[in-house]
Amino acid sequence: MVQSVLGDLNTFPKLLAHNVQRFGDAPAYRVKEYGIWQSWTWAEAHADMRATAIGLLELGLQPGDHVAIIGTNRPELYITMTAVSAAGGVAVPIYQEGVAEEIAYVLDHCSAKLVICDDQEQVDKVLEVRDQLPDLREIVYRDPGGLRKYDHSHLHSLESVIELGKSRASDRNAQLDATIAAKGIDDTCVMLYTSGTTGRPKGVVLSNRNILVTAKNTSEFDGLRQTDSVLAYLPMAWVGDFIFSMGQAHWTGFCVCCPEAEHTMQTDLREVGPTYFFAPPRFYEGLLTTVMIRMEDASKIKQKLFHKYMAVAKSVGPRILDGKPVSLGERIQYAIGNALVYAPLRNTLGMSRVRLGYTAGEAIGPEIFEFYRSLGINLKQLYGQTEASVFITQQPDGEVRADTVGVPSPDVELRIAENGEVFYRSPGTFVEYYKNPESTASTKDPEGWVATGDAGFIEKDSGHLRIIDRAKDVGQMADGSLFAPKYVENKLKFFPNILEAVVFGNGRDYCTAFLNIDLGSVGNWAERNNIAYGSYQELAQHPQVLSTLQEHVEEVNRSVAQDEMLSGCQVHRFLILHKQLDADDGELTRTQKVRRRIIEERYGDLIDALYDGSTEVFADTEVTYEDGRKGRVKGQLVIRDAATVPVTTQRVAAE
Amino acid sequence: MNDMSPPNDTDSYTTPDGRTIGPVMLEVKNITLRFGGVVAIKDISFDIREGEIRAIIGPNGAGKSSMLNVINGFYHPQEGDILFRGEKRGPMKPFQIAQQGIARTFQNIALFKGMSTLDNIMTGRFTHMKAPVWKQAIWRGEAEREEIENRAFVERIIDFLEIQAIRKTPVGRLPYGLQKRVELGRALAAEPKLLLLDEPMAGMNVEEKEDMSRFILDVNDEFGTTIALIEHDMGVVMDISDRVVVLDYGRKIGDGTPAEVIANPEVIDAYLGVAHD
Repeated sequence: MVQSVLGDLNTFPKLLAHNVQRFGDAPAYRVKEYGIWQSWTWAEAHADMRATAIGLLELGLQPGDHVAIIGTNRPELYITMTAVSAAGGVAVPIYQEGVAEEIAYVLDHCSAKLVICDDQEQVDKVLEVRDQLPDLREIVYRDPGGLRKYDHSHLHSLESVIELGKSRASDRNAQLDATIAAKGIDDTCVMLYTSGTTGRPKGVVLSNRNILVTAKNTSEFDGLRQTDSVLAYLPMAWVGDFIFSMGQAHWTGFCVCCPEAEHTMQTDLREVGPTYFFAPPRFYEGLLTTVMIRMEDASKIKQKLFHKYMAVAKSVGPRILDGKPVSLGERIQYAIGNALVYAPLRNTLGMSRVRLGYTAGEAIGPEIFEFYRSLGINLKQLYGQTEASVFITQQPDGEVRADTVGVPSPDVELRIAENGEVFYRSPGTFVEYYKNPESTASTKDPEGWVATGDAGFIEKDSGHLRIIDRAKDVGQMADGSLFAPKYVENKLKFFPNILEAVVFGNGRDYCTAFLNIDLGSVGNWAERNNIAYGSYQELAQHPQVLSTLQEHVEEVNRSVAQDEMLSGCQVHRFLILHKQLDADDGELTRTQKVRRRIIEERYGDLIDALYDGSTEVFADTEVTYEDGRKGRVKGQLVIRDAATVPVTTQRVAAE
Repeated sequence: MNDMSPPNDTDSYTTPDGRTIGPVMLEVKNITLRFGGVVAIKDISFDIREGEIRAIIGPNGAGKSSMLNVINGFYHPQEGDILFRGEKRGPMKPFQIAQQGIARTFQNIALFKGMSTLDNIMTGRFTHMKAPVWKQAIWRGEAEREEIENRAFVERIIDFLEIQAIRKTPVGRLPYGLQKRVELGRALAAEPKLLLLDEPMAGMNVEEKEDMSRFILDVNDEFGTTIALIEHDMGVVMDISDRVVVLDYGRKIGDGTPAEVIANPEVIDAYLGVAHD
């Protein structure tokens, strides 16, 4: 039945050809290069795709071969992914930030025959581990900078591959057409590696059905249009980017814009003015912190104006967005605020034209969420994972709240298990984990239900899903009360001064926490108060910083105490880490999620100190720099006690 | 080590890492420079070959920066000659020397602080702007075309040095390491054949030094630019230079490959300050 929904448009190459007929001269991709926005129309993208596909066939690509793509978001690389599919291969985008060993693991696991790299940096990484990869035959790069003198016996520029494809087109066109026609809805579309919160990354095999039906359903859910545009800046290896920049973009025909370089994202965002925007909570938090820091440096009049109208926006803005009744007076006030504050601010943020914004991946602070919504930016939440082709639940317009993740996406069924774990079944449900039948079987049951690994419940009145924590992280304290670290960590992280928090307490008498300061926010505070510091470490251990963070912890404790179920999770003791938790050290995943087990192992001595009553502890940690070299960070860390709210209700109930 | 030194001035040779070093490009012959009674440079001779990275080292006050100023025509030596591609150079103004293809950066950054990165680098294209002032004022035809070409060239430099994010930022607001990079960009904009770098890595941290070293090597490799640099960090000098000349109190006390220079007892005494027996 679903087959008929997609019709003949059941693979990316077919959809791309169809788009040439629908929107031939409309822009499909944009990228800023040498200071100017360059664009590909759908027709040009299609021509390049065919040439690339034939070029790849000439390089010896066989049906079913895996082709790894490592690089930043570039139109050429997106087009190449479609080309790989057209030539009968399977594209495997890989996180480009990964160090050589991580990349080696993935390349080896999927036995990639070809690797498409963005630039010299990626080529170097692949060459470094080349000996370990017997299956790897050819390497292709997009940006020739610095590669001129490399041995080109198995190294090709993408340009030369496209030229080769053009010159051989007459011989291979028929073969290409046949390969494209032979692929159908149940063939593999792409393989994406999970970021590996636990252990080694797993290769998630997604079919054309998974990606395209999900893209179609969600495009219709939010009314996406051909005239929309997005900024593709999140890693290409992440399923979200694949759904937004490939799936939905091909289905609705909107334009995908790629930033010039990693650090120009904010400028490019302003220039592009996307109408559809996705970012993790971390991004919105960072942006809000920047705005607040700049407001503190602004003149008194501007500050007054800002605070007065932000208060108006807070009470009126979300109601206007939700279509609830708003009095005429309030509307006038909001209109004045819009002219003086909101519109210029939206413009600075690059969100003047955002019609639809999404956040997912982690919980977002209610204040942060409200801030953007009060400015009139329609920010919504969704809940998803790689195995579901992203979408499990999402918030419909008019039903947006900070504490839920929305209703099930179209065609998605939800079930809550007895232990609170959330299960789903949908057209987007993945085919299998590559070369890993045990994990496939333990995650997906024969009926197609997939365990999310998250604990949550469905609200009776609204039908919205609420997520509490990772199911495996939810535990019990020594006295039997519920332990949900993420719940507390999120509350802590909502303070701009706290970048990251890790809470411990499973099986213990009380909870403790590691904190990371946010250098932008705390550093600015230090500057304004004339507090000198020589290093991150010194600032982190400054007595006033410790006191400020203690206040934050105590405020969180008061808030946690109000929740009957989780009142035992108040943080009794904490310390501020001497280094930022980092993906290069394995402490975070590449998608910036905390890897609890690894942190527990690495900092075992610090955790012991949190529980043995000492007031100071010496820390000595190995760190990995970006280029792979190692160093050590040492220092004396202060441990503080935080006031907690006595929990009486629970004991009364228990007696 | 001896096979590193070519047999004569007009031959080319290949370095162990596969780069080709050409014949002598610039020769400094018995230069003496005095300021009143102070002798800054005393009877110094050395050469710079096509395509090589040539380091000039020495303690403070050794005459290194004066030497660069002599090469780019800012100072005029009282004695001695400078031969550029075999031809003796008469007295020239710095801009004429820039037109010959010699560009430089400065020890204490000399950028236009209030101007953006882009505009600063554009000023480096000065020698390539041929349109007369009146045409530039009217801004049609030649002047406009020229500006577009120059901008395209500058954008390639911005891309090469990875400074897209600060294109429109006034350089006065940039951190030191980035200002140094912008200054290198401005020198590159002149499309120099010989690039003089005066302490390109002074005051940088390890990471910035690594970046800068990579850019210097890339400039040499990609554009074939000959580079003469003054540097204090011996690690950097040993890593990136083909040959080193050592100055002390205006005299030349050593000249050769980094390995030869570092083994020279006089150099150890004067520069590295380590006693030997």
